[in-house]
Amino acid sequence: MSLRGAIAIFVCVFQILGRDPEPATAASEPETPRVRVELLSEVAAIAPGQTFWVALHQQIAPGWHTYWMNPGDSGEPPRIEWALPSGFTAGEIAWPFPARIPVGPAMTYGYSGEVVLPIALTPPTALAPGARVTLRGQASWLVCESTCIPEEAPIALTLPVVAGAPPPDPRGASLIAAARRNVPTPSPWPASFVATTESVTLSVKAPGLMADRITDVWFYPARWGAIDLAAPQRARVDTAGIRLDVARGPLRDAVAAPIEGVLVVAERLDGEVARHAFSLTAPPRPGGGDHDPALASLLRAIVLALAGGLVLNLMPCVLPVLSVKALGLVQHSSGRRSMLRAQGLAYAAGVLVAFAVVAGVLIALRATGEELGWGFQLQSPAFVTLLAWLFFSVALGFSGVIEVSGRFAGVGQALAARSGYGGSFAAGTLATVAATPCTAPFMGAAVGFALAQPWPIALVVFEALGLGLALPYLVLTFVPAWSRLLPRPGPWMARLQQLLAFPLYASAAWLVWVVSRQAGPHGVGAALAGLVLIAFAAWLHQALGGARTLWRHTATWTVAALLPLLIVVEIVALGPLGAGTRAPAPEVAPGGRLGWEPFSPERLAALRASGKPVFVNFTAAWCVTCLVNESVALRSPAVADAFAKKGVAALKADWTSRDPAISRVLGSLGRSGVPLYVLYPPGAGIGAAPTLLPQILTEGALIGALDKI
Amino acid sequence: MSRHSLSRRTFLAGTTLAGLATVAGRGVLVPTVWAAAVAKVGEAAPGFTTTATTNKGVSLADQRGKIVILEWTNHDCPYVRKHYESGNMQTLQKEITGQGVIWLTLISSSPGTQGYVTPKQADELTSTRKANPTAVLLDPTGVVGRAYGATNTPHMYVIDKSGLLVYAGAIDDRPTTRPSDVPVAHNYVRAALDDMAAGRPVQTPVTRAYGCTVKYA
Repeated sequence: MSLRGAIAIFVCVFQILGRDPEPATAASEPETPRVRVELLSEVAAIAPGQTFWVALHQQIAPGWHTYWMNPGDSGEPPRIEWALPSGFTAGEIAWPFPARIPVGPAMTYGYSGEVVLPIALTPPTALAPGARVTLRGQASWLVCESTCIPEEAPIALTLPVVAGAPPPDPRGASLIAAARRNVPTPSPWPASFVATTESVTLSVKAPGLMADRITDVWFYPARWGAIDLAAPQRARVDTAGIRLDVARGPLRDAVAAPIEGVLVVAERLDGEVARHAFSLTAPPRPGGGDHDPALASLLRAIVLALAGGLVLNLMPCVLPVLSVKALGLVQHSSGRRSMLRAQGLAYAAGVLVAFAVVAGVLIALRATGEELGWGFQLQSPAFVTLLAWLFFSVALGFSGVIEVSGRFAGVGQALAARSGYGGSFAAGTLATVAATPCTAPFMGAAVGFALAQPWPIALVVFEALGLGLALPYLVLTFVPAWSRLLPRPGPWMARLQQLLAFPLYASAAWLVWVVSRQAGPHGVGAALAGLVLIAFAAWLHQALGGARTLWRHTATWTVAALLPLLIVVEIVALGPLGAGTRAPAPEVAPGGRLGWEPFSPERLAALRASGKPVFVNFTAAWCVTCLVNESVALRSPAVADAFAKKGVAALKADWTSRDPAISRVLGSLGRSGVPLYVLYPPGAGIGAAPTLLPQILTEGALIGALDKI
Repeated sequence: MSRHSLSRRTFLAGTTLAGLATVAGRGVLVPTVWAAAVAKVGEAAPGFTTTATTNKGVSLADQRGKIVILEWTNHDCPYVRKHYESGNMQTLQKEITGQGVIWLTLISSSPGTQGYVTPKQADELTSTRKANPTAVLLDPTGVVGRAYGATNTPHMYVIDKSGLLVYAGAIDDRPTTRPSDVPVAHNYVRAALDDMAAGRPVQTPVTRAYGCTVKYA
């Protein structure tokens, strides 16, 4: 009877007795009843001095599992004691992220089915080509089902030594490449945590992630003790990043030090879910502790928003509006106090309602996944053009050319009349619209906080901002003692109003400059044509002063009606929220890295027409998979070499803000989202169909595809 | 804080037990635990009453005034075997009970799982292995084990004279099944007792227990 047979019978007898077998300490071959192990190599030969990957491959019997580097509440990680030839050095195991294996009240982390544990080996430089080298070691591991059995086995692999590039071992290379895809990459996002007596909140600053793309998040700590491993982890993903709440672990002082671990993020792609593992170190963040951090930061955000709103009053785009409102007060400071108060309230209401509308639209758009911030409207050249026209019109009013100001800013008779309340409300609205291009100090922090919160809290912060904007005027109307400080009315008021037109003209000029950045010369042309039309309409209105009212209005409004036409032209030319013709400069390629050129359908066509092979990287800042692919495959020097060798042009299609041109190309390739990697072979002829690479990209797959062209 | 909350727990214990005794009827003791949450080091150890192999009820409250060691075990677990086959556990038991410390060995394996024993089998194991616990307690329903958050065998707990839990975790710092690690290991239980004898707080109050998972029902 063979030794193996004898062991098998021995095992059976013990199992019948309901006991565990003896640990297989004397196993003479790499096979034990529950785990079959082998030593894999990615190369079929060793090149002197050139580091390569080997791996411990465990094939685990159904129902059984082995453990991760942190096995959790129980268990023990596999280990290898190497007996390598002299001069060889072995690295640590590069652990692929594990699965959660709950056992009663405990949680363990490990692997079932099979697992490949990669290890980097570096051979000495002094190896004679032609020689054969045997790599040996003793692997030991704990394997558990409901019971646990320590097992061990010798592992060995003999490889020849070659000079030059070593040939790959097809099976080993693909198994190891797949395993390395599951080894965590360093987190591109900073992380920190706050601990209370009961819980730990881990924050990962990953701005721009889209909650609906992320299907699952789990944090596997590298060490036992800081968090309760068996407790549920409540993860929230929003545009600020990931927040994960979990109960504190039993090791109370573990939260005094940084928490290290692996964050596994599952992202929904076209038709599949990709899991990505990131290694991160989260230092403790001060500020956690006795008080509720959420409430404290809300109060802080409200105070900052109020201050920011106050400062907005001093911005060149808002100051004129406010000043002219204040002039109205000067004129009527003798008026009834209750009426003044009503004016103040109407103005404040105008501001608050306008802020609610802007914030509501912003929150709603963000909920649909748009990556927008304060002043998001300014990303649209059409809106910026409208704003320039508005400032110009109001400025003309201030200059005394048209009476638009009477409507909006509520100067003169308008204030005295009953309809003045409507005028005050409109002035508040105007102040808000005028304030949008201005980002006052303090506002950034408050708005940033607001946008990371659920909508009711965000709305509260935005309204605090509005209240800050409305406050000076409100105070003037409510505290008569203060309005008495204002100078006496007189002819100086008309002069001041005319003077105040100039900040508004300046604002309009600045906005036209913004349009030039967004939409180029055509956009500027449309905006300037609009200014001329407005001036013409204003003149017409004045010039026809003697004509019949109907005539006068018809003529004015006919000219004014040409304005929307201009906007339509602009939109058709540029798209509604069009990024315009912004042309980012090609990324500079640092040594050994791939240089990317921005994608456009025209550029792609031109490159293909020239007969060059082209690789297009469809990516977005909010796409986790894209990020990982870039760090594991696209940034590798070997890939850059392969691109250079084949003369492949690299185009990057950045879909971070929706780009209709890119969307169309994606659609034509049968995809609706990123990542997508397309390799166009050389020659634009028929049959030169593009190759679509896997969404989960590996260095090997990419180089393999490049080799085929 | 400890004395106050402890006396309240003891009171609670009395009422719970009285109720259960009626339900359980004559001669049968239902294992009982009273604790709001899983045991935490630095707080009162959860009170419990369960059956010893002698068929007598043993209650933690009866041990007041003495240091108590709890040892979760499963005689077939390779990690437990490392400590019994090397004689390490027996030596520790003898040394510690000799100082007037109570050593309670607990078995929470449910019937049909690894490590489950009848009272008679448990006593046989004690005598064949020359073990020296004060008593071996049977917890086949796992209520005591879960109250202490026992996840492994061996899993060790130290309770001070006032009933405070002062140590929870591994027996030593060598989480392996290799007997060769026993002589070089740093024993956390002995260290905790030394700290208490010297009148200082336990220096390492919590460690990650290592071993086999407890075979709960």
